[in-house]
Amino acid sequence: MTAATDFTIAGARAALARREISATELATAHLDAIAALNPRVNAYITVTPEVALAQAAAADAALSKGEAGPLTGIPLAVKDLFCTAGTRTTAASKILGDFKPPYESTVTSQLLRDGAVFLGKANLDEFAMGSSNESSAFGGVENPWKRQGDDAVLVPGGSSGGSAAAVAARLALGATATDTGGSIRQPAAFCGIVGIKPTYGRCSRFGIVAYASSLDQAGPVARTVEDCAILLNSMAGFDPKDSTSADRAVPDFAAAVARGVKGLRIGIPREYRVEGLSPEIDALWRKGMEWLKAEGATLVDISLPHTKYALPTYYIVAPAEASSNLARYDGVRFGIREEGADLKDLYERSRAAGFGAEVKRRILIGTYVLSAGYYDAYYVKAQQVRALIKRDFDQAWGQVDAILTPATPTAAFGRDETQDDPVAMYLNDVFTITANLAGIPGMSVPAGLDARGLPLGLQILGRPFDEETVFAVGGAIERVAGFTATPSVRAAA
Amino acid sequence: MSLDTATVRRVASLARLRVEEAELPRLEAELNGILGWIEQLQAVDTTGVEPMAGGGAEQLRLREDRVTDGGIQQQVLANAPDRADVFFSVPKVVE
Amino acid sequence: MSYTIEGSTGTWEVVIGLEVHAQVTSEAKLFSGAATTFGAEPNSQVSFIDAGFPGMLPVINGECVAQAVRTGLGLNAQVNLWSRFDRKNYFYADLPQGYQISQFAYPIIGTGQIEIQLADGSTKQIGITRLHLEQDAGKSLHDQHPTKSYIDLNRSGVALMEIVSEPDLRSPEEAGAYLTKLRQILRYLGTCDGNMEQGSLRADVNVSVRRPGEGFRTRCEVKNVNSIRFVMQAVEAEARRQVELWEGGEEVVQETRLFDTTRGVTRSMRSKEDAHDYRYFPDPDLPPLVIEQAWVDQLKAALPELPDARRARYVGDFGLTPYDAHVLTLEKETAAFYETVAKGRDPKVAANWLTGDFFAGLNRTGHSIGDSPVTAAHLGELLDLIADSTLSGKLAKEVLEVMFETGKAPGVVVEERGLKQVTDTGAIEAVIDQVMAANAGKVEEYRSGKDKLFGFFVGQTMKAMQGKGNPALVNELLKTKLG
Ligand SMILES: [Mg+2]
Ligand SMILES: [Zn+2]
Repeated sequence: MTAATDFTIAGARAALARREISATELATAHLDAIAALNPRVNAYITVTPEVALAQAAAADAALSKGEAGPLTGIPLAVKDLFCTAGTRTTAASKILGDFKPPYESTVTSQLLRDGAVFLGKANLDEFAMGSSNESSAFGGVENPWKRQGDDAVLVPGGSSGGSAAAVAARLALGATATDTGGSIRQPAAFCGIVGIKPTYGRCSRFGIVAYASSLDQAGPVARTVEDCAILLNSMAGFDPKDSTSADRAVPDFAAAVARGVKGLRIGIPREYRVEGLSPEIDALWRKGMEWLKAEGATLVDISLPHTKYALPTYYIVAPAEASSNLARYDGVRFGIREEGADLKDLYERSRAAGFGAEVKRRILIGTYVLSAGYYDAYYVKAQQVRALIKRDFDQAWGQVDAILTPATPTAAFGRDETQDDPVAMYLNDVFTITANLAGIPGMSVPAGLDARGLPLGLQILGRPFDEETVFAVGGAIERVAGFTATPSVRAAA
Repeated sequence: MSLDTATVRRVASLARLRVEEAELPRLEAELNGILGWIEQLQAVDTTGVEPMAGGGAEQLRLREDRVTDGGIQQQVLANAPDRADVFFSVPKVVE
Repeated sequence: MSYTIEGSTGTWEVVIGLEVHAQVTSEAKLFSGAATTFGAEPNSQVSFIDAGFPGMLPVINGECVAQAVRTGLGLNAQVNLWSRFDRKNYFYADLPQGYQISQFAYPIIGTGQIEIQLADGSTKQIGITRLHLEQDAGKSLHDQHPTKSYIDLNRSGVALMEIVSEPDLRSPEEAGAYLTKLRQILRYLGTCDGNMEQGSLRADVNVSVRRPGEGFRTRCEVKNVNSIRFVMQAVEAEARRQVELWEGGEEVVQETRLFDTTRGVTRSMRSKEDAHDYRYFPDPDLPPLVIEQAWVDQLKAALPELPDARRARYVGDFGLTPYDAHVLTLEKETAAFYETVAKGRDPKVAANWLTGDFFAGLNRTGHSIGDSPVTAAHLGELLDLIADSTLSGKLAKEVLEVMFETGKAPGVVVEERGLKQVTDTGAIEAVIDQVMAANAGKVEEYRSGKDKLFGFFVGQTMKAMQGKGNPALVNELLKTKLG
């Protein structure tokens, strides 16, 4: 029998249904693994054994009554950006202090509705701002993967680094994550797992701590494409509490995974062959093209001419929205407070003490680009370029059904190899960020290992609200790639 | 466009972030690095392009005018770092 | 005729524009489902959205949009089918999100126009620049603790319409008349209750002064003035302050000021000092507000009659003087009251009674038309008793007084107090005979040509009848008897 922590979600669901394992056993196995590994991996900020065991007991009761939902008894990690009623929610920032939301995010409440068990709150970059998980006020996360013959600690990517590392290290069967510029896909690629950012508006943002509202989108990370589909089916759906939520039916994503790619036209954007792209990643990308061709897809060369402007566009739009979204952290209604001589002093001290360096940097950039005299030159200009980036994709959809690109320009890097230069760090998101700006779905699938044994991912981009094709292409790559490698740091290893 | 120290100070004040004098040179250099890099956008011809505000729904859905929320005074106040009975409390504001 | 200020160096003209914040009449808030009722327990009408909690998102209340459209139509203004919400960013204790959701670049209502009535009977057209929807902030209480301010977020998120006028107003009187007219239109429409004491209507007054014929000079904004009288006083005080500055060789600096109602002066507002850079940008939580022309047409068709139309009807159809028509249409309730009284009766008589003795009665007893002890139906019945000669005009005034005190119907009052007018000629003749007998000398004088004495006999007769004699009959019979 599979070790409890090695199940896929689909596999665990079948085993639970056959009563080969109980939800309590499944939860306990994961809680034990967390107790053993989390002090090192630091994938969880908060572990909630009481919550998990109570939910598991309820799951077992439902299973015995034959009332199981799609996720009954499935142990998950929740990115600590989702508000969870009664459980401390930090956004990996000091500023929220001991904030316990009296409400549940729509996404997590849908997972709970479907029977999921929450093991705890996963680590992330502070307020989801980062690509390495090093900006967390609760310490960095260790990537469970190691380079061959090298014990150096690698970063798991970010911002959903805790979610990705937890899933890769077998500390959860799946996890919720969010993606503003690549925060699902880049850590999924770095940790050798699957992650999908659905179309903007597919998952409700209600109850998710906002970073950049027009770009933020929730999605799952899991170890298989099918598991991601199962999770997304639960997480997605129209929510009247979010004015940007799309009022559309949620298709059966899981059914699309095995659909195949025969007859699909797959776009290969020439602008993604960027400077600094690792030769191994370039080789993997070509391999992916060959696989899809062999599976019956047609490859089409396409052009997305404004791609190179995506990063600077993002670094105007996201900080601008963040500077406003983060104004509510002022030490008055929740979170930490540093007393001051007057109200302004209180605000300035509380925010200076509560926010980390990267968050402050982005708040300052965002405040500056919105300020009088600069708004048109920066913000309006960026939103115009954003419109052009979206137009590039709109035009591509006339020729192709999905687009294949690398997920990241490099494999996971070492914790001590990260550059002090913020711009160099921002380049991590060069392939993922266009999907957020255009609002389209994107998935990262592990497709191979580099020469030093680190996982590499391929990215599939799709039309708005056509996650099904993305799942179909992702499923095909997963089957052909046959990626079975596991990280050296993991439960039951 | 490049930031000087006075502008960094002003922006930090607008953003209500206390910045110590000693931090200013580093911040100024970092922000200028980022802004210099962002500058490349000016090369894009955007004449006549309608700025894109966001994704998602095309237009607002109108909610019904019914009282469905509120009446949760204690929950609203529960996380406050300083409260006085049924109020949030802050240092006295002079208008 | 026009208003000017005579300074030491010459004549100054005043230029005024008003930004009025009107609370939208609705059950729930603009972006949350919390209630809007006035006077609730602090922080009891607050949702997590209104308190700016992490992850909370705004969803717009359709009725607030409808109210803005109705108001726009009432201001003869352009209704924009496409508008948008922006964030106005600034930090303040009673602004939980750190920004106000407002409509900056694309308001729902564009330019319009209203006509104001001035005391000399003249009218003037005042341009409306725009109307936009926005959230109200919470309330800071500064007098509860020596070193702390207390925050009540009940108002936070309540829908406001900000109605901006063109700088078309030229005197305190015009500013007052504009606000009066605006309030009247809002109350007719039912889109704002206009209650200034409760803060449902607040005005920011923009004032500048200039030499006649000059372009605009620097203006100052006097914030949050909460009565029509104070608006007029604030204009006067601020204009005089600016004249003194200019004449003293100083500059007026553009700034936000407060009107000190006890001292009657404006003063600079410290707390708004560095809030000048609001960093407006489109709210990414809210897609554009798109409405359909068909819906606007539907709202338009259902609009109530507005004050201008009603006033014109009173003059045209009822033959009232423009002044009476103006007074009777000032308040929607007064007009409704009047129309009930006038229905099936002489509209001019009804108007005279309403603007005369009835208003005086309200004043004397400290009532408003809303809680008047004399109902419109009762006042109508009183007019009927005059028309059928049951009561003389003088008696009717007495009856009305009793009605104000007791709230009883006029018929009941007449019955209880025996105030019925005497129209029996025999009874009147008997009294006249007694009066003539008792004043034989005066009768002689009258008959020998002293006509003036007629009034004396009327008075004596009415006195003997305790005022209940029908005046016309008394006159007629006296003339016959005295010869
Ligand atoms: Mg104003
Ligand atoms: Zn306003």
